Amino acid sequence: MGAASITSISAVLLILGVVLILVLSINNVVLDTKVKFDEIEVFLEDDLESTVLDNIEDKVKGQTGVISIMFRSKDQALALMKEEWGDEAYLLEGLDTNPLPDSYVVKVNDIEFAENLVNTIKTLDGVEEVKYYKDIIDKLLIFAGYIRFGGIVIIGILVFISVFIISNTIKITVSSRRREINIMKYVGATNGYIRGPFIIEGILFGIIGAALSIGLVYFGYDYFYSSMNEKLYNLFTFYLVSPESIFSDIAIMFGTIGAGIGALGSLVSLKRFLNV
Amino acid sequence: MIKFVNICKEYKAGVTALYNINTEIDKGEFVFLVGSSGAGKSTLIKLLLKEEGITSGKMFLNNKDITWVPNRRIPYIRRQIGVVFQDFRLLPNKTIYENVAFAMEIVGAHPKEIRRRVPMILSMVDLSRKAGSYPDQLSGGEQQRVSIARAIVNNPPVLIADEPTGNLDPDTAGEIMRVLQDINNRGTTILMATHAKDIVNSMKKRVIALEGGRLVRDEEKGGYSVEIPNI
Repeated sequence: MGAASITSISAVLLILGVVLILVLSINNVVLDTKVKFDEIEVFLEDDLESTVLDNIEDKVKGQTGVISIMFRSKDQALALMKEEWGDEAYLLEGLDTNPLPDSYVVKVNDIEFAENLVNTIKTLDGVEEVKYYKDIIDKLLIFAGYIRFGGIVIIGILVFISVFIISNTIKITVSSRRREINIMKYVGATNGYIRGPFIIEGILFGIIGAALSIGLVYFGYDYFYSSMNEKLYNLFTFYLVSPESIFSDIAIMFGTIGAGIGALGSLVSLKRFLNV
Repeated sequence: MIKFVNICKEYKAGVTALYNINTEIDKGEFVFLVGSSGAGKSTLIKLLLKEEGITSGKMFLNNKDITWVPNRRIPYIRRQIGVVFQDFRLLPNKTIYENVAFAMEIVGAHPKEIRRRVPMILSMVDLSRKAGSYPDQLSGGEQQRVSIARAIVNNPPVLIADEPTGNLDPDTAGEIMRVLQDINNRGTTILMATHAKDIVNSMKKRVIALEGGRLVRDEEKGGYSVEIPNI
């Protein structure tokens, strides 16, 4: 009987573990992306006077959140592009003139909150276009949000199901001890006295289920993580949370949730039987 | 000890089980509650055990108003009332000793006190030799004596017996009545609902008769029915 309860709690926590690792890893990606893409590119109109350039530079420097501003001439930009394209750089050889504009590269604190800054820069004289990577960050954040939301919904449903399974399992135990409970009530046992053993049983199921899923999540993920590390030369694992760093959090979280589901399941199943 | 004042009980379906019951049972009394099936005996007992709520009126136990008691206080009311049922209600997988000790464990009695008191009560109902047996190894009369032992082991001031002799032959029933009389002699107030005409007629105790939910007779040293019993 207990097997069904333990399995259902384990399953819930297992899925919780997977969702948790996904969310944490996506958070890592978001954080990393934020650091990498902390630049705003300000493309300039052609052939600007140096006073206009100075004006732009001064105005941008004066904004909050700006760490540095660097001028990049069209020639530098082309050289950079050639470098980035590597083997395909020969394609650029055919250009008669350099089509790239001069630009400023502005480094900022937190790209997520750069929108105001960008809007201000756009209004400056001589600025043709402003590009930054907010789109990517936004998409990542939205994606992370979906994963989080989806995870919460799935976990909510699973918690409900496992409370239901546990309460049914315990209901069978309670039902077989119905007579005993009835007699206890007549002799003057308090509800707490009657509930105690069943709640302990539920919590025990929960903790066993949690222990199982902690083992599964930890060793399963550890295996996945290290095999990924070997095959992909940490290209991918760079973004994954390390198994060691989440072990204690998962252990505490799963233990608590497992015991909680167990206790709740027992309480739900007992409610009906205590009304004598 | 027990006092009912204008007690009415109406079930949700609109069925009235008790009309205006007024009576008082003093400490140390032995009272028979008689009436045909459906007269309201069981309902009255259920009200006293707080199994069901009262529609109107007031009920007192030991001078305390127990008309309305919060659910969590109900166990403490029940500890003052021992109950014996027609079907004994013993736990089949516990020994006689354990069945009685169980009632003391529930109320949190000290193990030492349990070890002292259970054998004493078992000898009072003459079952010391059966302490290690299981309920299905005992006769009906013996099982009922175990259930009486369980009901009085916590020394409640009131003992309610709901048809305690209903499943027993007349000789065994007589034996049970001697045990109850013995308990009553020690000061416990007893309220016994019964159909056993012979027992009521021979014991000459106070009789409260219910009929169709109304209290129709309350007589000292009464008989089962108004007619003079066969001489």
